[in-house]
Amino acid sequence: MVLQELFFYLFAAIAVASAFMVIAARNPVHSVLFLIACFINAAGLFVLIGAEYLAMLLIVVYVGAVMVLFLFVVMMLDVDFAEMRQGVLQYLPVGALIGFILLAELIMAVSGWYFAPEAFGHGAEPMQSAEQVQNIAAIGQVLYTKYIFYFQTCGIILLVAMVGAIVLTLRHKKNVKRQDISEQVARSPETSIEVVSVENRKGI
Amino acid sequence: MALGISHYLSVAAILFTIGIFGIFLNRKNVIVILMSIELLLLSVNINFVAFSVFLNDLVGQIFTLLVLTVAAAEAAIGLAILVVYFRNRGSIAVEDINMMKG
Repeated sequence: MVLQELFFYLFAAIAVASAFMVIAARNPVHSVLFLIACFINAAGLFVLIGAEYLAMLLIVVYVGAVMVLFLFVVMMLDVDFAEMRQGVLQYLPVGALIGFILLAELIMAVSGWYFAPEAFGHGAEPMQSAEQVQNIAAIGQVLYTKYIFYFQTCGIILLVAMVGAIVLTLRHKKNVKRQDISEQVARSPETSIEVVSVENRKGI
Repeated sequence: MALGISHYLSVAAILFTIGIFGIFLNRKNVIVILMSIELLLLSVNINFVAFSVFLNDLVGQIFTLLVLTVAAAEAAIGLAILVVYFRNRGSIAVEDINMMKG
C-alpha cells in the first residue's frame, strides 16, 4: 500500500512537472517531448488505478501516433519560435489570474462533496473484480455489445478525420509526371508519331 | 492515508489549470495551444477514469475511449489545417489568422 502511494506521488509529480514544462519550454520540440513524458506518467497513473487498457491505449495512440504527428509538424514547419515567445510576459499576469481562479474553483468543487453511500456499484455497467475478469475483457464485453453504436461512430469520426486531413494537405504539383491510363489507352498513331522529312545533309 | 479519489481529482485539476494557463501564456503559438488542449483532454480523462474506478462503473472508461478518439481526430485535423495555413501564408502566428475578420 505504501509502495502504491509512493508510485502515485512519483507519477503525479512527474506528470505535473512535465505538463508545466510543456507550456514553459522555449523550443516546441521540447514541449512535445515533455508532453510525451506527461502522457506516459498519466498512463502510469491509469495502471495504478486499475485501468490497464486505457493506459496502454494512451501510450499507443497518444505517444505513438498523436505526439509523433505533433513532432513531425513542429519539425516540418520552419517557424521562428523565439519571436513567438516575445509576448509571454505580457500575457503572464492575466493567465496566472485566470489559472488561480480556476484552480480555486476546482479545489472548492472537489473538497465540498462526497459520494452518496448508495451510489457505489449502481452505475450503468458495474465492474466485476479484477480477479474475475480483466479490465480489457470487461471493456470489450460492453463496448462491442451495448455500446457498439458509439464504437462505430468513433470509427466514422476517425475516417472523416483521415479523409479531411488528406484532402487538406494533398496538393498536385504541376510539373510532376503522373500516369494517366485513359490517356495512354487513347493514344493513336496520329497523336504519337510525327513524320518529318529531313533535308539532305541537315539535322532536324 | 490511502489513495482516494481526491488524489486523482487533484492531479487532474492541476493539469487542467496548467492547460488553461498554457493557452493564455502561449497566445501566439498555435502548436503549443493545441498541446494545451491535449493536456486539458488528458485531465478530463483522468477524472473519468478515477470516477469510473471509484464508483465501480465501467461507462467512464468507455467514455474515455471516445474522448481519446475525438482528441486524436482533432489533433490530426488541427495539424493539417496548420500545415495548409503555413503553406499559404508562411506563418502560423495567431495574430496573422485574421483573414475572415472574425
